[in-house]
Amino acid sequence: MKHLVQSLRMLVVFTLLTGMIYPLVVTGLARALFPTQSAGSLVFDAGGNQPVGSALLAQKFTQPKYFWPRPSAGDFATLPSGASNKGPTSVDLVKAIADNREKFGAAAPVDLLTASGSGLDPHVSPAAALLQAARVADTRKIPRERIEALVKKFIEPPQLGLFGEPRVNVLLLNRALDEMR
Amino acid sequence: MTNARDGLQLALFLAGLLALTPWLGGFMARVFNGERHALSPLLGWAERGIYRLGGVEPAREMSWQNYLGALLIFNVAGCLLLLAQLMTQAWLPLNPAHLPNLPFPLALNTAVSFMTNTNWQAYAGENTMSSLTQMAGLAVHNFTSAATGIAAALALVRGLVRKQTNNLGNFWVDLTRATLYVLLPLSLLFALALAQQGVPQTLGANVDATTLEGATQTIPLGPVASQIAIKQLGTNGGGFYGQNSAHPFENPTPLTNFLEILTIFAIPSALVFMFGAMTGDRRQGWTIWAAMCALFLAGFAVLWWAELQPNPVAGLPVSLEGKEVRFGQFGTALFATVTTDASCGAVNAMHDSFSPLGGLVPLLNMMLGEIIFGGVGAGLYGMLMFVLLTVFIAGLMVGRTPEYLGKKIEAAEIRWAVVAVLAPAVVILLGSAATLLYPEALKSLNNAGPHGLSETLYSYVSAAANNGSAFAGINANTDWFNYTLAVVMFIGRFAIIVPVLAIAGGMARKKASPQSAGTFPTTGATFTGLLLAVVLIVGALTFFPVLSLGPIIEHFLMLQGRAF
Repeated sequence: MKHLVQSLRMLVVFTLLTGMIYPLVVTGLARALFPTQSAGSLVFDAGGNQPVGSALLAQKFTQPKYFWPRPSAGDFATLPSGASNKGPTSVDLVKAIADNREKFGAAAPVDLLTASGSGLDPHVSPAAALLQAARVADTRKIPRERIEALVKKFIEPPQLGLFGEPRVNVLLLNRALDEMR
Repeated sequence: MTNARDGLQLALFLAGLLALTPWLGGFMARVFNGERHALSPLLGWAERGIYRLGGVEPAREMSWQNYLGALLIFNVAGCLLLLAQLMTQAWLPLNPAHLPNLPFPLALNTAVSFMTNTNWQAYAGENTMSSLTQMAGLAVHNFTSAATGIAAALALVRGLVRKQTNNLGNFWVDLTRATLYVLLPLSLLFALALAQQGVPQTLGANVDATTLEGATQTIPLGPVASQIAIKQLGTNGGGFYGQNSAHPFENPTPLTNFLEILTIFAIPSALVFMFGAMTGDRRQGWTIWAAMCALFLAGFAVLWWAELQPNPVAGLPVSLEGKEVRFGQFGTALFATVTTDASCGAVNAMHDSFSPLGGLVPLLNMMLGEIIFGGVGAGLYGMLMFVLLTVFIAGLMVGRTPEYLGKKIEAAEIRWAVVAVLAPAVVILLGSAATLLYPEALKSLNNAGPHGLSETLYSYVSAAANNGSAFAGINANTDWFNYTLAVVMFIGRFAIIVPVLAIAGGMARKKASPQSAGTFPTTGATFTGLLLAVVLIVGALTFFPVLSLGPIIEHFLMLQGRAF
C-alpha cells in the first residue's frame, strides 16, 4: 500500500518533470536557437508567405518538367507515410521494380527502382538526378547543359566530408528550376 | 558502394564509444554510490525536492523483495495510467489534430509496450497520438522504463558487491538519480543537437503546404526532438512517426544518424564500465564489455556484407528498398545492428526489406537475449545472468565450487538464472507457433514463403526481447497480435527482472572469500571467450531450427531466383 501511494506520487512528479518541463524547455530553447529547423524546415514560395513544403520531406512530382523523387510505397502521404516492407523474395517487389524500370528507363540507378524507407525520402542520388536532366530540359526547352549544371550545383557532398552519401534534394532543385530564367 | 569513408566512420564510432564509456560510466558510479559529482551542486535541490514530493525517505534501504515490490507496483501503476490516458486522449488538451481515443486492445498493447521499454508500435504516431499523449504519456515512459532498467541493474550489482546484508539500495532513489542526473541532461543536449539539424519541436498544429504542382501536403509537426532524444538514449525506440528514424523529421541528416546510433550504445556500454568500477576491479567490466563488442562487430560485419550483395530475384546489384539515400548502406547497416544489439528498436530502414541474411542478424541479435550492450540496464543484468551460467559451467569443468567476485554460486542462483535466460525463448517459440497455427492471424502477413515465417517470428522475438523493431509489413494492430504481444512483452521484461532481483538478494547475503590460486579468474580473454561460447551455444541451440526455416532457406531460394 505504501508502495502504491509512493508510486502514484512519483508518477505525478515524473510526468511533470519529463513529460511537461523537459519538452517545454526543449521547445523554448529550440524555438529561440533554431527557429527555422524546429518549425519543420519549411520552404516558402517566391513571395515568402505560402509554404510549398518542407526541405526535409519529399513531395509528389509527376509533371515531366520537374525532377521526380524516389518511389514512395505510401504515394507521398504524410499522415502517415509508409514503406513497402516487401521482402527480398517478394513477387510484388519484383513487379514494383519492373514498373519503376519502365518509368525511369533501363539506366536508372537503384534508388529510383526501389521505394524509400520513410516514403518521404527527400533525396535522390546524383546519378538519379542527372538521368532525369534530359527529360526536364526537353520539356522546359532549356539547354540540357544548363539543367545539368544546376543539378551539379545541388549535389550535397557527404556531411562534414565524412557522413552519409552524396545526394540531391529534389524539392530544392525543382524550386530552383522554377526560378530559372 | 563501399569506400574509405565507411571505414573511417566505423573507426570514429568505436573511438566515440570508447571515449564515452569510462567518462559516463565513471560518472554513473559516483551518482549511484551517492557520492558528490559534477551535477550535484546544480541539481541536488531538485533531487531532494522530488523525494519530498514523492514522500520518499532516501536513506532507507530496501531488501530484494521490497525493491522488487516498489519496482513492480510503480511500473504497473504507470502502465494503467497510460492506458487510461490513451483511451481518453480525445477529451484531453494539446490535441491539435483532434485525434480520437484509442480502442482497448491497441491501448493495452501500447501501454505495456512503453512500460516494458519495448516500444513495439502497432500504430503510426502521426495519425494516432496527440501531442499530449506523445510528450506527457509515451515520453514519460521512455524515461521511467529506462530508469527502471538501470535500477534493476544497480540492485544486482549491489547484490554482487555487498556482503552479508539484505540491503540493495532504494528503488526510488535509483529511479530519481537515473532520470535527473543521467537521462534528462543527456536528452536535453541531444534534443537540441537534433533540433539544430532539423528535427521539429512544436506544440502547435500541423502546417498545410501547397506543393509546386499545386497539391496540398500536410507537414506533420509536434514535440519531436525531445522525444527522439530519449527514444535513443533510453534504448526505447518508439518513434514519433510510424517510419521511425527513417522519417526525415526524426533523422534528417547523416550526422543525426551517426549520433542516434552512438546514443543507443552510450548508456548500456557505460553501465558495464560502472559495474567494473563498483566491483573495485575495472577489468571485471572490460571483460564483459569485450564479449559484447565482439558480438556487435561480428553481427555488423555479416549484416553489412549481406546488404552489399546483389538480389538475383529482383535483378538488383544491391538493394535500397526500404532504405534512405542520405544514410547509404553503411549508415543503414550500422543502425540496424546497434538498434537490435541494444534493445532499442528504433529503425532507420525497413528491416522487412533487408536481404535474408541481413534480416537474420537483427533477429539473432535479439534472440541472444539483448545482451550485446543491450537495453539500458537490461543489457547489463541480462549479460550478468550469462556470466553466472559461465562461471557455473567453468566450475563444473574444473571440478570446483563456482565463485563470482569471491562469492559462491549455488543451486538457487543457477535456477533463477536459467529462468531468466529461457523464459524469453519459451514465449518466442510458443507465440510464433501459436500464430502459425491460427489462420486468422496469418492474414496479417505482408510477405509469403519463408519470409512470412520470418515476419511472424520477428514480431515475437522483438516483443520478448523488449526491442520493439519489426518486420513492419505485418499488420500488428489486430486483437490477436495486440493481446499476445502484450503478454509476451510483459513476460520478456519481468520474467528476467524477478530472477535478477532474487539473485541480487541471495548474493547480497553471502560472505565473500578472498581469491586463492584455485579461484577461476573472471577477467581476461579466456573468460571473455567462455562467456561468448555460452551465449552463442544457448542462442544457437534454441533458435537454429526456426532460423533455418526462415531467413536461411530464404537466402538459398533467393540465390535460385525463387519469388513468392
